[in-house]
Amino acid sequence: MSARDAILKRIRAQATAGSGRGDRAKAVADRLAKHPHGVIPQRGQLEPAERVKLFIAKAEGVQATVQSVKSGDDVPKAVATYLRSRNLPASIRIGGDKRLKAMPWDKQKALEVKTGPSDGDDLAGVSHGLCGIAETGTLMLTSGPDNPTTINFLPEHHIVVVDAADVEGTLEDAFARLRKASRRKGMPRAVNLVTGPSRSGDVEQKIILGAHGPKALHILVVGKAK
Amino acid sequence: MQITSPTFKKNARAALDDRQLQRALGNVRSGFIEKRAQAAAGLPEFEELRDRARDIKNHTLAHLDLYLEAYENAVAEAGGKVHWAQTAADARGIVLDICRRAGARTVTKGKSMITEEIGLNEFLEYSGIEPVETDLGEYIIQLRGEHPSHIIAPAVHVNKDQVEEDFRRVHTHLPPSRDLSEPEDLLGEARRVLRSRYFEADVGITGANFLVAETGSSIIVTNEGNGDLTQTLGKVHIVMASIEKVVPTLEDVSQILRVLARSATGQEMSVYTTLSTGPRREKDPDGPDEYHVVLLDNGRSSMLGTEFQEMLRCIRCGACMNHCPVYHTVGGHAYGWVYPGPMGAVLTPSLVGVDKSGHLPNASTFCGRCEAVCPMRIPLPKMMRHWREREFERGLNPATQRYGLKGWAFFAKRPRLYRFATSMAIPILSAFGGAKRRFSWLPLAGGWTKHRELPAPESRTFMQQWAQREALKQEARP
Repeated sequence: MSARDAILKRIRAQATAGSGRGDRAKAVADRLAKHPHGVIPQRGQLEPAERVKLFIAKAEGVQATVQSVKSGDDVPKAVATYLRSRNLPASIRIGGDKRLKAMPWDKQKALEVKTGPSDGDDLAGVSHGLCGIAETGTLMLTSGPDNPTTINFLPEHHIVVVDAADVEGTLEDAFARLRKASRRKGMPRAVNLVTGPSRSGDVEQKIILGAHGPKALHILVVGKAK
Repeated sequence: MQITSPTFKKNARAALDDRQLQRALGNVRSGFIEKRAQAAAGLPEFEELRDRARDIKNHTLAHLDLYLEAYENAVAEAGGKVHWAQTAADARGIVLDICRRAGARTVTKGKSMITEEIGLNEFLEYSGIEPVETDLGEYIIQLRGEHPSHIIAPAVHVNKDQVEEDFRRVHTHLPPSRDLSEPEDLLGEARRVLRSRYFEADVGITGANFLVAETGSSIIVTNEGNGDLTQTLGKVHIVMASIEKVVPTLEDVSQILRVLARSATGQEMSVYTTLSTGPRREKDPDGPDEYHVVLLDNGRSSMLGTEFQEMLRCIRCGACMNHCPVYHTVGGHAYGWVYPGPMGAVLTPSLVGVDKSGHLPNASTFCGRCEAVCPMRIPLPKMMRHWREREFERGLNPATQRYGLKGWAFFAKRPRLYRFATSMAIPILSAFGGAKRRFSWLPLAGGWTKHRELPAPESRTFMQQWAQREALKQEARP
């Protein structure tokens, strides 16, 4: 007997004690197909404008910095200003995201824009988030050529652009959006839920930012909530 | 790893005398409890979410075979492979095969308790493959040749000056004059040293907090980002997970995530919650070429249907040990195996046998704080009591204890005799209590009174006082 069959057999010996396999199979198939909601915190159930406010407050509460800009056209300037204010070289790394590509980077004459996955030498990377989650100030980022995962973790400064209209109230709302976005091509290889910059408390339980991932997380919220 | 649970008493004695350890344990007592309390109070639905989280796991465990099959199918659909391992040795063999096929010389590792359970690091080293721990706490204890003393804060027993010594001893390529006096310096140095290791590694191994049957995803919940670098930069990603990690859907994960971080570190959400589903897609510019999941049983399926089944709800948040007065006093290493604290006291006998770890369920005052804070509402004291019963049934505890208990049982089963005996003994003890009203020494209990004093009893028994109080009440009635 294979290890797989032996393990399943032992489990089944207990599980089938109550009801028949047919009933159980239906219960499982139903739950997977309908994925019922559980308890949804009141805090995340808000009107769009309030949602964006809570998202910003929660993100700042976990040491992210947040800036609102009117439109995508304002993003390159905001990025350049951020880099200057942190005394960083005028250079960023981005993926192939169409929304990022459409922004007027060429107007920032001194800014170098490298594309593709990070090689570990970039000090700043820019990604476009799939959505924000207001209840905890979390960003949802998905892997792929548009926004390579390495940009989320290797640069010291991670700048994430998210549309105000894409700020969801709760984790369940964000997963519903993910499910919709991956209906045709399936789940992306990696989905990163990011809540503030990297940190560690492993030396005497003192929290220090910038463990292995970014030391700083800067969020640019674009446009108005809809 | 070598199990030292049979010498728990000796381990605990040594821990009490270890000044570095006692200093470090102060960080557990002061930090975790208040942070969790604040986080729980900050979410009005917290208690309701705990109920829901418990129910999700109960449902999943009742249909574990079907959810594991659904999960395996979903992993395969995403291009990954699930390997089933009945024992620790099977799991080690599977990992080694994958590493050999990848031609691996070094593997990076994210934090994983089940790789500790199966002794993976020692085995890989023995097989000529270098494992590199990348979580800061795990890295520190790997340098020290130790094992984790806490399931989410593996180096909680170590102080900063000890870490500095270890870094100076191992990082000899760096200038000896460098300043390492602050935790920031130590973290910065580990970050720089480990950066190159991610790129050199052929295989990245991580654990899993959840496996999602609906999508075939494995999920890690971390704060540092090392787990993500480990699984993104290696050519091969191996996920080590035990069978009870599976949950049905993303909605179910959402429920449990809300209680996990709050119970563990007091965060509303850990910094990185990452869902990994299969290997790199055709157009992906990064990510591993292969995605493997090693599903470990190692005794868990035999817990189903027993009084220890509820332990399989555990999500490894560490709240039980953070709130345990015994853990606070002796730390994690005294428990003698991988899982310390109350969850370890229940799980260890299930996985390695009560004959080797019978001391652990006894190392509890039954104060009940562990159950009160457990996000999955696992009745830990009740299960420790079950182990004590089994230990007694099998005659594993010492003869003096057995006869003592039998003697006590003789009186306890005869209430009139019991009352008579106590009514004689209590006034005598009370009379000998002295001005301090405390005993610093008692015959036959010298071991107990060596470290604490026994308060002298009141001059009458509880039953006598009760009877008197009731009589007074009767009199007071008109």
